[in-house]
Amino acid sequence: MALERETDEVTGVETTGHEWDGIRELDNPLPRWWLWVWYGSIVWAIAYWVVMPAWPGLTGYTKGLLNHSDRADVARELTALEMQRGEGAAMLRTASLQQIESDPKLQAYSQQVGQSVFGDNCATCHGIGGTGGKGYPNLRDDVWLWGGSLEDIEHTLKVGIRSGHPDARISQMPAFGRDEMLPPAMINDMTEYVVKLSGRPADAAAVARAAPVFAEQCVACHGADGRGVVAVGGPDLTDSEWLYGSDRELIHEQIHSGKGGVMPAWSGRLSPETIKALAVYIHANAGGQ
Amino acid sequence: MPTLIDNTRKPKAGAAVSAAARAKGKGPVAGQLYKPRQQIYPKLVHGRWRTVKWALLIFTLAIYYITPWIRWTRPGDLPDQAVLVDFTGRRFYFFDIQLWPQEVYIFTGLMVAGALALFLVTALFGRLWCGYACPQTVWTDLYIVVERLFEGDRNARMRLDGQALSFDKAWRKTGKHLTWLGIAFGTGGAWIFYFHDAPTLIRTFWIGQGAITAYVSCALLTATTYVFAGWMREQVCIYMCPWPRIQGAMLDQHSLQVTYLRDRGEPRGAHKRGQTWEGRGDCIDCHQCVVVCPMGIDIRDGSQMECINCGLCVDACDDILSRIGRPTGLIAYDTDAAVAARACGQKAVYKPIRSRTIYYALALALVSGLTLWALIGRPDADLHVIRDRNPTFVRMHDGAVRDGYTLKIANRTFQDRTFDIAFDGVAGARLSQPGHPGQKVQVLVPADQVEAVRVFVTAPPDADRASSVPGRFIARSGEIQAEAKTVFLSGAANPR
Repeated sequence: MALERETDEVTGVETTGHEWDGIRELDNPLPRWWLWVWYGSIVWAIAYWVVMPAWPGLTGYTKGLLNHSDRADVARELTALEMQRGEGAAMLRTASLQQIESDPKLQAYSQQVGQSVFGDNCATCHGIGGTGGKGYPNLRDDVWLWGGSLEDIEHTLKVGIRSGHPDARISQMPAFGRDEMLPPAMINDMTEYVVKLSGRPADAAAVARAAPVFAEQCVACHGADGRGVVAVGGPDLTDSEWLYGSDRELIHEQIHSGKGGVMPAWSGRLSPETIKALAVYIHANAGGQ
Repeated sequence: MPTLIDNTRKPKAGAAVSAAARAKGKGPVAGQLYKPRQQIYPKLVHGRWRTVKWALLIFTLAIYYITPWIRWTRPGDLPDQAVLVDFTGRRFYFFDIQLWPQEVYIFTGLMVAGALALFLVTALFGRLWCGYACPQTVWTDLYIVVERLFEGDRNARMRLDGQALSFDKAWRKTGKHLTWLGIAFGTGGAWIFYFHDAPTLIRTFWIGQGAITAYVSCALLTATTYVFAGWMREQVCIYMCPWPRIQGAMLDQHSLQVTYLRDRGEPRGAHKRGQTWEGRGDCIDCHQCVVVCPMGIDIRDGSQMECINCGLCVDACDDILSRIGRPTGLIAYDTDAAVAARACGQKAVYKPIRSRTIYYALALALVSGLTLWALIGRPDADLHVIRDRNPTFVRMHDGAVRDGYTLKIANRTFQDRTFDIAFDGVAGARLSQPGHPGQKVQVLVPADQVEAVRVFVTAPPDADRASSVPGRFIARSGEIQAEAKTVFLSGAANPR
């Protein structure tokens, strides 16, 4: 549609010919300086194409004379960050775990380092909150298979559990059923015995039948009273914490096939300072034994 | 709704735009893409409103340049500057008031109150802000004073601009621009003192040791002051500033605006001494109102977007009227309603109290009141609680439940304080700090700082406890106390 440009009576200015609900738009000329600013910004844009990365091509993009690269900037800043972290790492290297924990500055630093390292490396199994899951220990409560002191945690981090590391912590729950070490009926009785240990009602006759077998087979790791032996990583069977579940069939399954997970050794992968920070982080979040 | 008098300019046919109007850059230039700026040469005027403007110019500029130098003793190593925006320390100091970043809502309140005050003033008295108090107006006025000093008044300036370059013209122009740049630099310079300790900065600035932001801000404000007040002037108001366009929503027929009393002035025309005034208007078409106008408009065309309500044409016209022996007030602060009333032969009444101004005043009172209340009611200490969300709770080997919290304690006093932390709301709950089992939880918060601390709350096994129990943390240091509500979660009853 051809727009009819007419002249507005009041101002004597031409209109654009647009009309909305009887309102017509004046076509006042632009101020000259505004045009100059606009031309200037066009020149600026062209100059920007020349000096900065601008145009994508099929195989790459125009690099620009300044050779600017955001990735390079990030890399530079990360290097600077490493330098900064170096100072913190140096402090961690010389301080003992107890010193780190009791010094508010180092403690805060460890919390920061620990949180990010935990998220990257540990959360996969233990969960981002450290609460674990079936087969993966909860790091937030006060139950520790291999001890919950700062040194114990640090050592576990370094060598891992059944990790293949020469000093790895190793405990082995035998597969009493699968390897036919105990008859199936006895495994059923033993399940009742373990249920009884944790303070729940159980079949008294079965418990009585299983008691001598427990004393013979199980006390080495789980202790005469079933409270576990931390030195060998033997779980406490009397508390409310169950790595593989507390139901009868789950207990039965564990006695029958004796599962045990693997915790990697981190000593080669994380720097000693990072492991220290991580130990302090985990210890603090567990309430600190 | 009373009908408004048609206060627009006299209808002109498009083709009949006068050559004079075209030369003044008023009318359209057919087929032209742009309109070059017409240099405006405001003539010096004396009178009531000009005096008010001089007073306000001195007053506002004095506030701007002097404020950073007012000293104010504060305890410790806090800065001894009365008004300071401390970005590095993340504090705003205003005499005895000290604001933290999290109190930015007080600035928000001030901004909203300022906007409402502007609405109210505009609804009552038109664009007084633009004509008297706007920095663009004030600095332009100051720059014109300098211009007048070097080049003379309107006619001399127009002559000078029309001359070929000579030594006389060169030194006047150079002197003017150098003085302008000096003022601009002083303006940018004054600005940066609001953000750093002024006496320190004025030393470090000259030896290149000021903050980079100081140099950048100073350069930027120097440039904008020089360009806006020296070169662009009315262009800023007409093309850059949104306020002239917004004002249409604030103004109504009862707002006082600079008005040419058409009923008294028309028909206009030259007047010889001794001629009768019968049958003609009081306007003698002397153009004094036009030559003094900083916006370069003719107020006799009626209310215009360009008009900043500065009243200089009122002074100019009154001056002429008193010389020709007519009563003053041909151009005056008046309302459209009054003009319309007089046109119908009724008595004009000024109505400052009307629904619009009542709403603005109430909103202004409310927002100012809330802001003041928020400012006065700020506590000396603040406590904020952030619950651990993963895990929400941890069950211990004996069935006890433990929740983790991060507390943030703000100490707004000027002394370092040790806060005792307590928790209540859950029967038998114990409060502890990771790594410090069995000790009372105490936090040292330095003066004027925030400190964060992680704590655990451990509750004994209790099958009857609700899965979520309300509780509260209390941080106490002497007579200062802060509280924060939270909840203690313990999930379902013990699954054993």
